[in-house]
Amino acid sequence: MKHNLVISCNKTNLSKIRSFLSEIMEEQAIAELEAHKMILAVDEICANLIIHSNYCNPTKKIEILVNFETPTKVIFIIKDTGISFDFDQYKEPDMTDIISSKRKGGVGLILVKRIMDKIEFSTDKNYNICRLTKNIRT
Amino acid sequence: MVNISIDKEGGSNLIKVIGEIDASSSIKLDDALKTTSDAGLPIVMNLEGLNYISSAGLGVFISYLEELKTKNIKFVLFGLQPAVKEVFDILGLNQIMNIVVTKEDALRIANEA
Repeated sequence: MKHNLVISCNKTNLSKIRSFLSEIMEEQAIAELEAHKMILAVDEICANLIIHSNYCNPTKKIEILVNFETPTKVIFIIKDTGISFDFDQYKEPDMTDIISSKRKGGVGLILVKRIMDKIEFSTDKNYNICRLTKNIRT
Repeated sequence: MVNISIDKEGGSNLIKVIGEIDASSSIKLDDALKTTSDAGLPIVMNLEGLNYISSAGLGVFISYLEELKTKNIKFVLFGLQPAVKEVFDILGLNQIMNIVVTKEDALRIANEA
């Protein structure tokens, strides 16, 4: 079963993404805690794309596709046309450093890495594509 | 959408959070922690009504830990819903922050010498 949603790059649209995902999770009868974590991970990617890749420009769009390949394997694909993110260059920051630097950012991708089983970033023509894979524990 | 209120109770500033904190609403949490961290009293946060928090909100909490430690201001959270608690646990924040179940425990810890 495939589902998709297109939103404009405005931070207030993050709640729309969460509602969209929440409905799908309910439909698929995914346990609440497991669903919550997957929704969080997608929210984190979308927030990064809205803020850092598209500078909250409401004329820019993000597309979210959800595909349950099997009842226990779901693929999330998030597409945008903003500045691409080089995941190969990403180094997970140390929590002690984040605390001592008093900065407010830096933990979003840590959450995504710890929640999802696979994270892939690629580009195709003018699109940046983030593909998240989750094997759901039953 | 999030609603945040600040009251005084048991010698602490009690911040009550209701709703969802994400990248669009974390500024409200930041404002509440700025106000209370400047006031000097212990800070107790009632998170019973918080049903979602993303890294934007967690980042706000994290950004105040050092300042509150330096100012010797106790900072205690209570009433986390299971899904919210799990997000704190994923990052290991349960190891470095005071997180308890009840308001009574939170106020007691906040006022310990």
